[in-house]
Amino acid sequence: MTASSSRLRLRTRLLAVVVILSNVLGNFFLSRGMKSPEPPGFLLAVFLNPWVMLGVSLLILWMLARMTLLSWADLTYVLPVTALGYVLTALMGRLFLGEHVSLGRWAGIALIVGGVFLVGNTPIRTTANHGKGDAA
Amino acid sequence: MTWLLVTIIVGATACGELLQTHGMKTHGEIHDFRPGPLGRAFGRVARNPHVAASVLFMAISFFAFMSLLKVADLSFAVPATAATYVIETILARFLLKERVGRKRWAGALLVACGVALIAL
Repeated sequence: MTASSSRLRLRTRLLAVVVILSNVLGNFFLSRGMKSPEPPGFLLAVFLNPWVMLGVSLLILWMLARMTLLSWADLTYVLPVTALGYVLTALMGRLFLGEHVSLGRWAGIALIVGGVFLVGNTPIRTTANHGKGDAA
Repeated sequence: MTWLLVTIIVGATACGELLQTHGMKTHGEIHDFRPGPLGRAFGRVARNPHVAASVLFMAISFFAFMSLLKVADLSFAVPATAATYVIETILARFLLKERVGRKRWAGALLVACGVALIAL
């Protein structure tokens, strides 16, 4: 592996972590905000809730980070690797919300981690470059 | 009704993500994370017709998922949509010409089964 391809792999993994964390935390804060007790006076008042604002901001970051990742990595790489978010959501439910994780759910977690490990070791990009990107 | 919604979700998600991937590839790689160049890059991305179409499909998928949650449990909705992992891998292989080797196939199948199990 050349120095530039191992640097790309590191960048890809770092950005994949940003994609996963922003999605999981964004959904977590959004659902927390939506469950807050005070009834909203008008339809858009829900966006004034700080948890909802934080959640929506993180989900916007998630969308932009995922599009950036797709600008240089295969969809068949990004899709399985970012499924690690399901695992994180389940673990957060257990750690912070005291949810019960059933045997079937642990098996699902193991399968996803195994799948991510397999896909994570394949080439990041297998198609030709069309656009100029930043260089445009 | 339930299975019609699942079909709409899976179809719209697959179309949206394939179009978005194609749109981002035609735009090219984004590696400059300074605010100015990043803002300009996303300004160009927003005008990309494939990316614009992908947002439409993802909106359809989002609202269909919301409707599905009204008629079915989350523990049905999430595993039912795990099919997108398999379908998108097949479509990306043939439409986007991504090379899907044995390892990547095995990984995608494991993830799809895992997502189906985790919501039970």
